[in-house]
Amino acid sequence: MIPSPAELGHLSLWLAAAAALVMAAAPVRPALVGLARPAAVAHGLLLLCAYAAMTHAFLVSDFSVSLVATNSHTAKPLLYRLTGVWANHEGSMLLWVLILGVAGLAVALARMPLGETFRARTLGSLGVVALGFLAFLLFASNPFARLDPAPPEGMGLNPLLQDPGLAFHPPTLYVGYVGLVVAFALAVAALLDGKVGPAWARATRPWVTLAWAFLTMGIALGSWWAYYELGWGGWWFWDPVENAALMPWLAATALLHSIRVLETRDALRNWTLMLAIAGFTFSMLGTFIVRSGLLTSVHAFAVDPTRGLFLLVLLLGLTGWALLVWALRAPKVAEGARFAMTSREGVLVVNNLLLMALLAIVFIGTLYPMALEAWNGRQISVGPPYFNATTVPLIVLLAVLMGVGPFLAWKRGTTSGLSRRLLLPGLVATASAGAMLALFGVSGLLALLGVAASAWLAVASLQLLLRRGLTFGRAGTALAHLGVAVSILGATASGALQREALVSIPLGDGFALSGFTVTLDDVAPRAGPNWTALEATLSVTRDGAPVATLRPQSRTYTSPPMETTEAGIAMWRAGDLYAVLGKPDGSGRWQVHFWVKPLIHFIWWGAVLMALGAVVALGGALRLGALARRRRALPAPPAAVPLPAE
Amino acid sequence: MSGRVALAALLLAAAPAGASASEPAAVDPALGTTPLADPALEAKAMRLMHELRCLTCQNQSIADSNADQAEAMRALVRSRIAAGEAPEAVRADLVARYGDWVSFRPALRTDTLALWAVPALALLAGGLVARRLFR
Amino acid sequence: MPLTRLLPLVALLALGVFLALNLGRPQQATIRSAMVGKPVPAFALPGLGDRPGLASADLAGGEGPVLVNFFASWCLPCRVEAPQLKALAEAGIPIHGIALRDAPADIAAFLARHGDPFVRIGRDEQGQVAIAFGSSGVPETFLIDRRGIIRLQHQGEIRPEHVAEILAEARRWR
Repeated sequence: MIPSPAELGHLSLWLAAAAALVMAAAPVRPALVGLARPAAVAHGLLLLCAYAAMTHAFLVSDFSVSLVATNSHTAKPLLYRLTGVWANHEGSMLLWVLILGVAGLAVALARMPLGETFRARTLGSLGVVALGFLAFLLFASNPFARLDPAPPEGMGLNPLLQDPGLAFHPPTLYVGYVGLVVAFALAVAALLDGKVGPAWARATRPWVTLAWAFLTMGIALGSWWAYYELGWGGWWFWDPVENAALMPWLAATALLHSIRVLETRDALRNWTLMLAIAGFTFSMLGTFIVRSGLLTSVHAFAVDPTRGLFLLVLLLGLTGWALLVWALRAPKVAEGARFAMTSREGVLVVNNLLLMALLAIVFIGTLYPMALEAWNGRQISVGPPYFNATTVPLIVLLAVLMGVGPFLAWKRGTTSGLSRRLLLPGLVATASAGAMLALFGVSGLLALLGVAASAWLAVASLQLLLRRGLTFGRAGTALAHLGVAVSILGATASGALQREALVSIPLGDGFALSGFTVTLDDVAPRAGPNWTALEATLSVTRDGAPVATLRPQSRTYTSPPMETTEAGIAMWRAGDLYAVLGKPDGSGRWQVHFWVKPLIHFIWWGAVLMALGAVVALGGALRLGALARRRRALPAPPAAVPLPAE
Repeated sequence: MSGRVALAALLLAAAPAGASASEPAAVDPALGTTPLADPALEAKAMRLMHELRCLTCQNQSIADSNADQAEAMRALVRSRIAAGEAPEAVRADLVARYGDWVSFRPALRTDTLALWAVPALALLAGGLVARRLFR
Repeated sequence: MPLTRLLPLVALLALGVFLALNLGRPQQATIRSAMVGKPVPAFALPGLGDRPGLASADLAGGEGPVLVNFFASWCLPCRVEAPQLKALAEAGIPIHGIALRDAPADIAAFLARHGDPFVRIGRDEQGQVAIAFGSSGVPETFLIDRRGIIRLQHQGEIRPEHVAEILAEARRWR
């Protein structure tokens, strides 16, 4: 009998585990080092096969595969059958190892200026991580588990997940996590090799930059999804799952900056290695929190405590091993030359310090309720009031430094010309805060600080962008920093200037909110491919002129049965008018929640700018590498490190 | 400032629990879905409602939720703010009934001291580590 | 190797132990009332039809402890616990009912169908008394001693195995 694609997929997974074992074993003996690259290539290709088999099962609705039967349905649109592969626990872990496999493929095939032994050690660490996750897949959550007999129809998909924003949120985030795994593997290899210096930083930085760009976009996509899909009107809830993604991002941001110091000044070696390990630890911790159901969350859809234990053991084993290697092998030399406070590296150190403080706040704030309940049985909530009060001052401080840092020179502690350069940002910042106070009556200190910091950073970043002699690296920095300024402005303005009303009105009636008049024209049933809904028609006018028509829905999905709210959203200027339809009260009145959210899109556009900045910087880093290669190739001075056989 | 507010909440919570129970403020159920006429009072109520946690939903404030119980709690908050009660007194009363869980703003107490001290401690620890980097 | 180098590893292991211990604990999905040990909040609720309503004054000063059961006709687990409420009433504990956000006709139909173990019934149409009790849903049952102090909160339906526990608590607070 010819094996079915699903069986071939399952077999590929086992073979990939064998390849990962070879990768892990290769660096142990010099004779085996040559096996690392072919094993990594095989590992990547086998995972591609396994993933293709699973996609095939979803596409043809092969309900003999348990995962397909539980999570898909013949009535499901094609796009969501494709994305359905990862919209569940087993499939998302399969996607995770696939991306890891592709990353291993890239490490195996890319140039490696640090030598073949170093490459083998990097691939070895990747192999160990892959082995752990493949064991998790094969023993604790086999995606290819079969059903016999196969059911005639699938059980659908969580309707909240049938959404473009969420469909592409996990893969984006996973690329980011895997990028951090590669940085981790490079750090472990560096520790084993004792080769920690500018060359290592140059080889690692593209991976960190890539990971950071994807993490940024992944978090932004998740936030955007929560904003328009959950229908709560918010874009960030300081929810455990959001925090779980934010923590590796903060570590990656710190790493992105400290690795620059290592590259330029050959300093902060131990610290940078520690951050590379921390970035990986926190992405593992994030996976663990999301998948174990340890903390209740609005985003946790697939939870299972026994799998949680497996993930926890994996987390402890991998990071414990890395931290032990760090303790034993971290460079014994001092961190290099001392820094001047007003040098570029001095500000970058303070930046790292602030980012670590933010990370500590998010980490402690997320786990504190659980710890306290275990300690004395008291149930507390740590919510937005805590996180806003503690993080916003640090973010403002960070933004101020971000405006200054790029203008400072490396090494030297001179500040000449700095005050002239910072005059304009300072003036614009003061003016913006003043305008907020005078024109919009915003008097909250944090809001005014937020606007001022955003204006300061935006102007400073634009100055950086317009300065003569623009390089890829500087353009990347300027764009990413400008993105941060734009996001801060969006977050501050949409919060401080937001207006909301929660009313209960009959058909034909309306209400007024900050210059808008909202009328409930109609509530009518509507039907979609796999849902029915009640849809309200709300017409919004301003000074008698129509502005928008909002159609929020209260949806009921058929398989599985589930009710969701679909917000009615219309752009207004650079913000949104946002409406949610609530329940009828039985006497002909409908509950309507309506918000005016100025500038809220800036939050996500800022994130896009940040990721764009990272891509530009990545281009610069790769180009720089190519330049260095060409220079080396021309007069051929003996290279410090052997070139890889290509 | 948040610390002081939390401290005030703590002091109020320590007041005799029977005090408010003996004279329950009349709650107007319509206020669950109707804003207060006075915008200043409504803003006050809204700020508090955003910091109170809905009991029947996942991680959602009563201002954002359309659950029945959130509506009842909104009616209670608006009625008592309209009757002239301070937001922190209303928060303290709800905390006295549901425990600290109902407030998204953790009170400053001995067992939450570590939580509120995190930013300062983290900066201090980081500063000590970073100090030897500078000349 | 300086010992401080081992600090990150120690921190990680501590975190691991903490997470592992919490992973085994059943997750507390419900929020306990903070009113246990405190006097019953003052309230007065209208009754069902011509039956008298329920007020806080009815709960204290009797011969022994009483139960207050929050229920609703729209709540499925409330049907599940009906036989257990009957058993508790037959064991001699007065049970008062508070119907949460429910219409009189629906309450009457529910009682006719699933039994009526209640001495008095109050209708909490707005859910304000539930908030005063620190209750977060239906069904929920409170044990109140004769001094009018709330002694126990039982969240969710009372299953057959809970009856003995509740009776024991009732004896304790006699």
